[in-house]
Amino acid sequence: MRKPVEQIEAATILFAGDSGDGSQTIGTQMTETTALIGNDVATLPDYPAEIRAPAGSLAGVSGFQLHFSSEQIHTPGDLCDVLVAMNPAALKVQLHKLKPNGILIVNTDNFARRNLRLAGYEEDPLESQDLTKYQVFGVELTSLTRKALETTQLSTSEIDRCKNFFALGMILWLYNRPMEYTMKWIKAKYAKSPQYIEPNILALRAGNTYCDMTEQFAVSYDVKPATFEPGTYRNIEGNMATVLGLIAASHQSGLPLVYGSYPITPASDILHGLAKYRNFGVVTMQMEDEIAAVGVAIGAAFSGALGVTGSSGPGLALKAEAINLAMIAELPIVVCNIQRAGPSTGMPTKTEQSDLLQMFYGRNGESPIPIVASSRPFDCFEAVYEACRIAVKYRTPVIFLSDLYIGMGAEPWKIPELSELPEIKPNFTTSAGPSDEFEPYLRDPETLARPWAKPGTLGLEHRIGGLEKSDVTGHVSYDPENHEKMVEIRAEKVARIANDIPPTEIFGAQEGDILLLGWGGTFGALRTAAENYVAEGLPIGHVHLRHLNPFPNDLGDILNRFKKILIPELNSGQLLQLIRATYLIDAIGINKVQGQPFHVFELHTKIDEILKEIEHF
Amino acid sequence: MKRKRTSRIPVGAPTLTKDDFKSDQDVRWCPSCGDYSILAQTQRTLPELGIPKENIVFISGIGCSSRFPYYMNTYGFHTIHGRAPTIASGVKMANPELSVWVITGDGDALSIGGNHFIHLMRRNFDINVLLFNNRVYGLTKGQYSPTSERGQKMYQSASIGSLDTPFNPLSLALASGATFVARSVDVHTDHLRPMLKAAFEHKGTSFIEIYQNCHIFNDDTFILQRKKEHKTDHTVLLEHGEPLVFGAEHDKGIRLNGFQPEVVDLTDGEHTIDDLIVHDQHAEDTTLANFLAGMSDTPDLPHPMGIFRSVQHPCYENLMTNQIRTATERMGEGDLDALLHDGETWIVS
Repeated sequence: MRKPVEQIEAATILFAGDSGDGSQTIGTQMTETTALIGNDVATLPDYPAEIRAPAGSLAGVSGFQLHFSSEQIHTPGDLCDVLVAMNPAALKVQLHKLKPNGILIVNTDNFARRNLRLAGYEEDPLESQDLTKYQVFGVELTSLTRKALETTQLSTSEIDRCKNFFALGMILWLYNRPMEYTMKWIKAKYAKSPQYIEPNILALRAGNTYCDMTEQFAVSYDVKPATFEPGTYRNIEGNMATVLGLIAASHQSGLPLVYGSYPITPASDILHGLAKYRNFGVVTMQMEDEIAAVGVAIGAAFSGALGVTGSSGPGLALKAEAINLAMIAELPIVVCNIQRAGPSTGMPTKTEQSDLLQMFYGRNGESPIPIVASSRPFDCFEAVYEACRIAVKYRTPVIFLSDLYIGMGAEPWKIPELSELPEIKPNFTTSAGPSDEFEPYLRDPETLARPWAKPGTLGLEHRIGGLEKSDVTGHVSYDPENHEKMVEIRAEKVARIANDIPPTEIFGAQEGDILLLGWGGTFGALRTAAENYVAEGLPIGHVHLRHLNPFPNDLGDILNRFKKILIPELNSGQLLQLIRATYLIDAIGINKVQGQPFHVFELHTKIDEILKEIEHF
Repeated sequence: MKRKRTSRIPVGAPTLTKDDFKSDQDVRWCPSCGDYSILAQTQRTLPELGIPKENIVFISGIGCSSRFPYYMNTYGFHTIHGRAPTIASGVKMANPELSVWVITGDGDALSIGGNHFIHLMRRNFDINVLLFNNRVYGLTKGQYSPTSERGQKMYQSASIGSLDTPFNPLSLALASGATFVARSVDVHTDHLRPMLKAAFEHKGTSFIEIYQNCHIFNDDTFILQRKKEHKTDHTVLLEHGEPLVFGAEHDKGIRLNGFQPEVVDLTDGEHTIDDLIVHDQHAEDTTLANFLAGMSDTPDLPHPMGIFRSVQHPCYENLMTNQIRTATERMGEGDLDALLHDGETWIVS
């Protein structure tokens, strides 16, 4: 007999285990199923930099958190309702994220003395008093999976690798989700190694049946579908949305895409993604280093293609000189920076937004470069498309900022109509114009963009380069007045992009006590916090910047309409410096540099303090 | 020789001359610089290639030689130090119809750009690389370069002698899988022009090391190979299928003694032409090419000039184009709307 089902609004689940335990796989599968049955969902993969740290060690714990709801949500959730801990190390590392009275599922087969010692437990936590505030469900996940799969032809070690699907089967039962999408995925995934299809499906079913047949869980839960705008939806990760945005820009502009890259976490998925689409004419070149990767993008742009390169902070440091060349040569390239925790190698698998000032200033000389940032996984599509549009229209390198959190996070995406996509027109120059001599630095009077004349065009032979160029003619020039003029023109060209971006949207109060000003991957936490205050009737607004260079024309006016400007960032206050310097406003930073996204409650604490201060005045 | 992809000038179009390839910029190398000769020979050779001027692109890095594109009335890009191979790769990949030439020097190609140099060779884009080797950093005023001889004292940054072992550019190119490797001399104009032409005709990355004089900071560094009065005894011209004979009177040859090259006197009555090494530039195996390249590292041996190696391997840009064609045949031309809807989707009404 089916056990009772309790309706809830939202749930947060955290799968945790060794990096080889398949937590990322089942987390992704739970996300897919949950999105497909209509919930809003947000995810946070959190894994170590080491591919396989020693089994059972604290360093090797890999986690995948997902939050799903019948309402619109913006974050992967602060604390969890369910923690699945595949071993003692996972329990130790992740237990602090479980809500009081939350459901804790542990694989008791892994709680032998050796594993306890590896995790630093003196005694078995399952027998201690530490866990009394949680609902603990000890499950012999390994033994049960072995038993379920004993008739298969797999070796014991192969069988043990199926136990993550046993755990997923349990969670699917617990939240009344169908198994069919996962089964379909398993069949597709192992199409070339069909011996693994049946065992994984068996494990999945066994976990599901186990919950049905045993007395473990008294109730299960259901989360009704969320209300979405009408349209066709899919689930998408940020890096995949970047891939699609780049292909869309290439397709809509008619410019072939040439993507130069060098492997680096967390940007490599863009290279992997693009490499699959040769039938879109996409050229991907895995180069010998980061500099070569941006070099091919620059060369491709000179030849009249859409040149793109992608990396993360350390790679961007190496690319700086070449990006500066593209800046002075005024060639359209897009540079994707999927930020991670720095400095130096930093924490490669943890998120941060600490490269903003590097992108603004990390080049020699006066080097203005437009910067566009995506705010959430699906927004990577529009933001990188916008970066391409600006690059082509203004003949300039453009930096597209994303980060690990949104690059690897996933959420439902309303697929856009192609007709909604802005136009991208290359407008190649094909003839010399009024004077017989082609003038490669004769600018468009409105945009200040210089002509894009690609090699192969008769009569437009010209030379460009990193030496300062004379206005209009483009000849090498050491003239002092000309240099200053060119510096000013290049700055003005970037500044004028502000005339070409939509008015800034303010969520919540249009004026009042507090404006939350953010950029990049903190969108979800900021918007959730703002929603909570707005629901209480407090005069708080939220602006999330997509264009960071130049800032929108209306930003200064908006900032002046609020008593306090709060700038939460996952760095030590980088947008904060820029806003203070640009607008002479005493903005206040809320900063976190832990390699982890904001929890909404952290923002609430800080905002409450500031609200109190304001009341005092 | 295979037909080049680079588009040909249509029949009946006006013939180009050397002057068509001169830009309106004043050439600003020091008087007596070897670069003048290389520029002139290039400008003389290009009209003979039968390709339109607008399809030619010169790409350089940084250094004296890298000013070259400014003086050519073609498309040109003076880039950043050492990175010309990467930018040239992007140019060629985005438009395989172009005839792409990289101009570089010993510092640009072998020090700061060493990594790009070796990877360009192994990828085998159809790009021509001209390395002006003067064994010195000229533009920064006389520091030792990666081809400077060990112990040389004339350089500002090594006033008591350079400690580094020099690179042999040809050996490095061969080790990196270069499919066309040649050497010539700035002032040997009748030799340099055919080398430029052969580099162009070769389909794949063509590498020419050009001995070049820096009159100011390293004058006469290749005096024995450059000067008329010495060169017959200190260079040996490589001709495919011919024995290695040299000397003013064609009186000397190179034979193999064990694994070592050895100069023999053809007039001593003991040695004949039949004893000599016969050049085979099309050998797939690189042993002979490496052997010949190594001769310039051995004192008292003549430096080989000419084509060391010329073999046909697939070009990167063609392999990529084939991948695109095959994928398009298999999956159909990219349909953006279908791509955005790929995978599991659901409709909210």
